Order: sequence, then structure tokens, then C-alpha cells
Amino acid sequence: MNLWVLSGIAVMVAGFALKVNPLLVVLLAAATSGLAAGLDPLALIAAFGKAFNDTRYVSAVWLVLPVIGLLERHGLQERARSLIAGLKGATLPRLLTGYLLLRQITAALGLTSVAGQAQTVRPLLAPMALAAADPADEEDAERVKAMAAATDNVGLFFGEDIFIAIGSILLMKGFLEQQGILLAPFDLSVWAIPTAFAAFAIHALRLWHFGRRRQR
Amino acid sequence: MIGLAQVYIVAGLVFAANAALSARDASNPKRWVNAGFWGLLALSMLAGDRLGDLGNGVLVIVLVGVAGLGVLGRGADVDNASERQARAAIHGNRLFLLALIIPATALAGTLVFKAVPELVDPKQVTLVSLALGAVLALGIGLVWLRERPVAALQEGRRLLDALSWAAILPQMLASLGVVFSAAGLGKVVGSLMSGVIPDGSRMGAVLAYGLGMALLTMVMGNAFAAFPVMAAAIGLPLLIQQYHGDPAVVAAVGMLCGFCGTLMTPMAANFNIVPAALLELKDRNAVVKMQVPTALPLLGFNIALLYWAAFR
Repeated sequence: MNLWVLSGIAVMVAGFALKVNPLLVVLLAAATSGLAAGLDPLALIAAFGKAFNDTRYVSAVWLVLPVIGLLERHGLQERARSLIAGLKGATLPRLLTGYLLLRQITAALGLTSVAGQAQTVRPLLAPMALAAADPADEEDAERVKAMAAATDNVGLFFGEDIFIAIGSILLMKGFLEQQGILLAPFDLSVWAIPTAFAAFAIHALRLWHFGRRRQR
Repeated sequence: MIGLAQVYIVAGLVFAANAALSARDASNPKRWVNAGFWGLLALSMLAGDRLGDLGNGVLVIVLVGVAGLGVLGRGADVDNASERQARAAIHGNRLFLLALIIPATALAGTLVFKAVPELVDPKQVTLVSLALGAVLALGIGLVWLRERPVAALQEGRRLLDALSWAAILPQMLASLGVVFSAAGLGKVVGSLMSGVIPDGSRMGAVLAYGLGMALLTMVMGNAFAAFPVMAAAIGLPLLIQQYHGDPAVVAAVGMLCGFCGTLMTPMAANFNIVPAALLELKDRNAVVKMQVPTALPLLGFNIALLYWAAFR
């Protein structure tokens, strides 16, 4: 077993800890592990280039930014804020718990891109959360915004696996099939339901606790 | 057929416009660095398939060199809060209708395009619908709000300037995951994890599998990359074959242990680092820190579920 291929992980940890530009750290980590595995430098550059080209869909989502920016220019964030400020019972825990539930349900129906960090959290949820929270200082505002982003992630992750045609379910089905174990996607997705409930319970409890601690 | 190729063209044009606007942005002291960075990204989107693997590799190295050594600058914001407040008062809640076009198109597209596989690539329905929603909302918004297209692109530049290098970190990490796999890193971690299990301990095997999924996901930044490794190292030979665990539970709940890991790592940049940049938080890891107290008890729940439900 060639333990040297693990050196890439050490490079990542050290690079992040020393606050080197993360893009440089990623290239260095790829070079370290790749060379340790005995890959030829030119082949390594080509392998990284091919992987980068094959994963362009990850960065393609930024095409939504001009329209988000246009809406912000016309005061979308301000409208979101005044909408929540005008509602009497809209506390921070209620707002985020409602969003969590909505995000889990839509993701479970396969509608994963209905919401997201660029589409909904930045222009809508974060300003609404700030309006509901009325933060005391800059640091408090940062925590409220980070909690809004975290709530979107928790809702997405622990909703999407209930949908039978999502990537992770198909990956598992494919893996088991190669080992001679035949399962329907439904057999797998049904086991995401207990965790979806647990994720909702745990995160809702945290939101409630977060709201109470902030009030003091 | 509409698929990724068309989405890449739209994204490439947005990045190309961004490069041109950055080059003309006198308020940004590093405007040529920014123009180079977004221009290279536009090149990758528009012509990546024609550059060849080595060409793409060189493009990445130059891209990282520009961002890492040149350090991206940031232009001035194009408008201010009081202007936005005034415009918000004019449009009222109609703005929400415009904002809802994107999710509504994503919803309609997901449902409709699945029925016409000859029109839209069934594997890319989500991304195609998102892109279509963005283009549709932009078109209607420009007419309704009486703006010139360049105003929207300027606002896009403001947001991309705020994102800076974080905009391509997720793609870089996804590529790193591929190289890590090619180097056999997952297999080494998998066999190290299976090596620590005490002989004949079902509980030990469950713990190693659940924790291993979370840990390997934190290292690779992606549960999809971790699953085949941990399933092949522990899930299949021990939990399923030796202890006769239910394969559906072992696979499904194991994957969810990985998702708990995704919440706890800066390596999953699109979920954890990008939002911090989008929300302009000072602490890059603020979102990860907020997620750990949810992820840890949930990981405990998943491991317990695995133990009880797989061996009913």
C-alpha cells in the first residue's frame, strides 16, 4: 500500500490552515498526490485538465447572477426585508424552520434547483432573516446570515435522497447492481425518510435554541 | 437536442461580458487581472472541448496563476442603498414575481422536459431548466424594469467580483477529487479504515463504515466519491456479506452519513465556502461552523439507524 498518496490531504490541511489561496492549494495537492502515485507530470496536467473540463457544469450556475443582480438593483433585498418586518409573528426561528420544511419537501419531490444559495438565500432568505432577527451588531448579523445558508444546505441534503431519480440513489443502485444485488430505487429512497425527520427535528431545535440565545 | 453544450455557451457569454466590463472598470486597480481571469473562464466554457486535455490543464494552471499570484481586485459597486430603496418603493412586491420566474421555470422544466427526451437531454434537465429560467427572468426583467442589458451585466460583475476566486473553487475541488481517485487515495483510506475494525465486531464494523463515510467525504468534499470506496472496503464485504445486513439500509444510510460529512468540510466548497462569499461574510468557514452542531448528532442518529435497521 502506497501511503504517500495521502500527502495530498496533508497539503490541503496545511494550505487551508496557512490561508494560502485555496486555488493554489488545490493544484499543489493534486500535484503531490498524483506524483506520489507515480503519474508522469504531463499526464497529471492532462488528467486535471480533463477533469476540469468535465466538471464545468459546477461553475455554469453563475449564469444566474446577472438577473439576481438586476433584481437586487431594483431593491429585491429591501422588499424582502420590509415584507418580513411587516409580519408580526415572523421570528427568526419560525422563518428559518418554515424555509427548512419547504426546502426538504421540494427537494424530496426532485425540485432541487427551485431554491439555492445564489437563487434564494442571498436575494431573499438572508435579508428576511436579518429583518426578523434585527441583529445587535455586525458579528450577530454574520451569524444570522451563516445560519440562513446552513439551513438551506440541511434542507437540501436531507430531502433530496427521498426522490428516486436523484444522482446519489442512481449511484448506489449502480454500485449494488455490479455486485449482483438488484434493488429498485424506491427500496433505497425509503430509507432516507427516517433521517429526513431526524434532520428536521435536530435543526429545528437548534434554530429555536439559536433564537432564544440571541434574545438574551 | 438542448443539453450541457448550450448551457456552457450561455455561461461562457456571461463570463466573457464580465471580462470585458472588468477591463473597462477604472474603479478596479487590478482590472486587467480580473479581465484575464474571467476571460480564461469564458474560454474554458466556450471552447473547452476543442482545447484537448493538456490544453485544458495548461488553462487551469494559468487561471490559478492569475488568481493566486495576481490577486483579483474588486470594482466599485454600481449603485447605492438609497437608490435601491427608492426603486424598491416604485416596483413594490411585483419584484417577487420576477424573482419567482427562476424557480417556477425550474419546476415546470423538471416536469415537462422529462416527457420530451428528444428536445432536452434527460440527464441535464435540472441545469437546462435553471439556465432557461435565468434567461427568461432576465428578458422579462429588462423589459419590465426598463433597463439596458449592460446594466444587468454590470450587476452580475458586482456579484462575481464579490465571489472572486471562490467562484471556481467548487470546480477545482471536483477536479481534485478525480485526481485523488486516479491516485488511489480512496482505496488507501478505505483499507486503513477496514484495518482498525476488531475481528468479529459487528458494532465496530458499523462504526468504521459510518464514521469512514463521513471522514472520507470530508477529505474528498463529496459523498459520491466516498461511497464506492467505503462500500467496497467495509459495507459490502463485512456488513452485507459477513453479517447479512440489509443492502438497501447499508447503502442508503451510509450515503446519508456521508452527507453529514459534507456539512462539516470546507472541501465541499459550493455548499460551504461559496455561500460565505455570496453573503460577504468575513469568516470563510462561518457556514461550516454553523452546520457542525447539526451534523454531529445527525451522524450519531444515522449510525444508530444503520445498526438497528440493517440487522432487523
